[in-house]
Amino acid sequence: MISYRKTVTAWLLLTPMIVIIVGVSGYPLIKTIYYSLTGAKLIAPDVTSIFVGLDNYARALSSSKFLEAIWHTTYFAVISVGAEMVIGVLVALLLNEAFAGRTLLRAMLILPLALPTVVNAMMWRLIYNPDFGALNALLVQIGMLDAYRSWLGDPATALDMVILADVWKNFPLVALIALAALQTVPKDLYEAATLDGAGVWNRFWRITLPAILGPLSVALVLRTIEAFKVFDIVYVMTRGGPASSTKTVSFYVYQEAFAYMRVGSGASYALIVVLISACLIAGYMYLIRKQGEV
Amino acid sequence: MNIKNLMTGAAIGVLAASGAAHADVTLNALFMAQAAYSEDDIRNMTAEFEAANPGIKVNAELVPYEALHDKIVLSQSANGYDVVLYDVIWPAEFAQYQLLEDVSARIDDKTRAGILDGAWTTVKYDGAFYGMPWIADTKFLFYNKDMLKAAGFDNPPATWEELRAQAAAIKEKGIVEHPLVWSWSQSEAAICDYTTILSGMGGEFLDADGKPAFNTGGGLKALEYMVGTLDDGLTNPNSREYLEEDVRRVFSSGQAAFALNWGYMYNLANDPAESQVAGKVGIAPAPGAEGVSKASAVNGSMGLGIPTKSANKEEAWKYIEFLTSQKVQDKFAKLSLPVWEASYSNPDVIKGQEPFVEAAKTSLAVMAPRPTMASYQEASSVLQEALQNAMLGSVTPADALNNAAEAISDMQ
Repeated sequence: MISYRKTVTAWLLLTPMIVIIVGVSGYPLIKTIYYSLTGAKLIAPDVTSIFVGLDNYARALSSSKFLEAIWHTTYFAVISVGAEMVIGVLVALLLNEAFAGRTLLRAMLILPLALPTVVNAMMWRLIYNPDFGALNALLVQIGMLDAYRSWLGDPATALDMVILADVWKNFPLVALIALAALQTVPKDLYEAATLDGAGVWNRFWRITLPAILGPLSVALVLRTIEAFKVFDIVYVMTRGGPASSTKTVSFYVYQEAFAYMRVGSGASYALIVVLISACLIAGYMYLIRKQGEV
Repeated sequence: MNIKNLMTGAAIGVLAASGAAHADVTLNALFMAQAAYSEDDIRNMTAEFEAANPGIKVNAELVPYEALHDKIVLSQSANGYDVVLYDVIWPAEFAQYQLLEDVSARIDDKTRAGILDGAWTTVKYDGAFYGMPWIADTKFLFYNKDMLKAAGFDNPPATWEELRAQAAAIKEKGIVEHPLVWSWSQSEAAICDYTTILSGMGGEFLDADGKPAFNTGGGLKALEYMVGTLDDGLTNPNSREYLEEDVRRVFSSGQAAFALNWGYMYNLANDPAESQVAGKVGIAPAPGAEGVSKASAVNGSMGLGIPTKSANKEEAWKYIEFLTSQKVQDKFAKLSLPVWEASYSNPDVIKGQEPFVEAAKTSLAVMAPRPTMASYQEASSVLQEALQNAMLGSVTPADALNNAAEAISDMQ
């Protein structure tokens, strides 16, 4: 009797939260799934909705432009997250050592993270400027480049340049998480390992990395999800150009739904992206669990 | 943009929201911060309007051209704006979705007769008027007089081939590395440059049946011309990532002998505070082609309309009437020429910018339209990508345009 009452009370107390969650994320999600099965237009979507079944999905998966956008996004996510993880961990290792000015450097680590993405994108646009950009000036002055060149106007370099800007902004997140994790690793482990004759490399692989792997995988999941839905930095830096070489899938969804007003197919594109992200997250979760069992 | 304006805007917003004692109406107006009237011009015009119309406040928002279309469309469901600035290429789409109010009944005969025909095409679709023309503009050829003189030329080129020859001579003499600069990034600006050259070379976007025709004749020649000037090193290669303001910056810093840009650049490039080549800037209609045309131009006009969802249509119309009136347009004629025919003989308008007005008389009369189609935005982005592919050398101009033509006819 008592436990029944308790259950009822618990549900009653949870009800406001459930209503909010269903209203804020459940309803839009279901509506998006519904739209993805129709030919809805952005303006007056209900009037022009015609049920088209899975046509939108079929068209998306057979569209070479959409697949190209998925490829750009995958490239962006793999390279940027990979670089952020490596640089983040290296910086964390450095900042974990005792040296003069460490506190100042640690504080400075926050700066890129604190910048709004749009400001960061504008700043890097200036750095890459083909006529007076700092990158050109630097490379020409140290003799690595003969003359000023275009970075964001060349399809061969544009996406990499956007990735660099993104890595600069986001590696501190990885570094901070890694740094926090490093501080929990007991010092005596290293002392014991050194006594047993383990070198720097061995100590890193056998003590440091396993100890910070859990927190690092959280950073990995967060950054991958973020990278897969990248939009703002591309919108500000290149708007998908040159020759659509930086058009990521979120940008493609935006164009489809808001510039061409096809909410129906836009929704189906967006859901495909969600599905890919969900698969990635599931994969990570599996790996993390497995790690925990060992 | 300055803090004061922002603060004023915010203050007005707060006053309006608190439903102050007055029956004040606050109009939300959307403009662009790129070419034509400057932000200061728009703020000054608005201040004059507010002074003349107590009880109406205007909250003017300026966005880059690239964001304008999507802002107008998205605000429709949010009931955002009372007055919007829109481009000549959008009325077909806006009419289809009933985004803008049909104001045909509000326009009197005197106004109808007084405004240039070319300007009216900006707001007219299927016989109805969806606002008032406000900016009558096209692309002009700007040139650096000193550089032409140094290369031995007394006059700006009359044909595109002559432009190429003059640019080649200027490059040869080492006067400037890349004599030509354009706005050829993946954007509508590139379409405007392309349309200008296409029109001069006798090309057509769509044939009589409405099927793509830009992949043949003048349309193909235009792109081959553009790619040719890049291959010869005459065009600044960074043009492929430039918008209008980049063109102005490069030309104004003396790094180019010729530039294709909107009329607003004339007075800015001749302003010593904004330009290192002030006083040396010439303006001419964009050239034509031997035996085909005398001049080239694209219709780059823009109009002011009232979104159908606006709750303050009467006040919005008052504001539009004020902004598009000949009196206001004649007063602010330095960066954007008036849409009124009579303005072009008004000494106050002409004074100090005779060459600009003279060039405009020729250019505004030959403005070529971009295609009128409801799916223009998508067609344009297909074409933008095709232009970029050809200019970056990954495909030939013919292949690029053929692919685009095929994609656009599938769309129709």
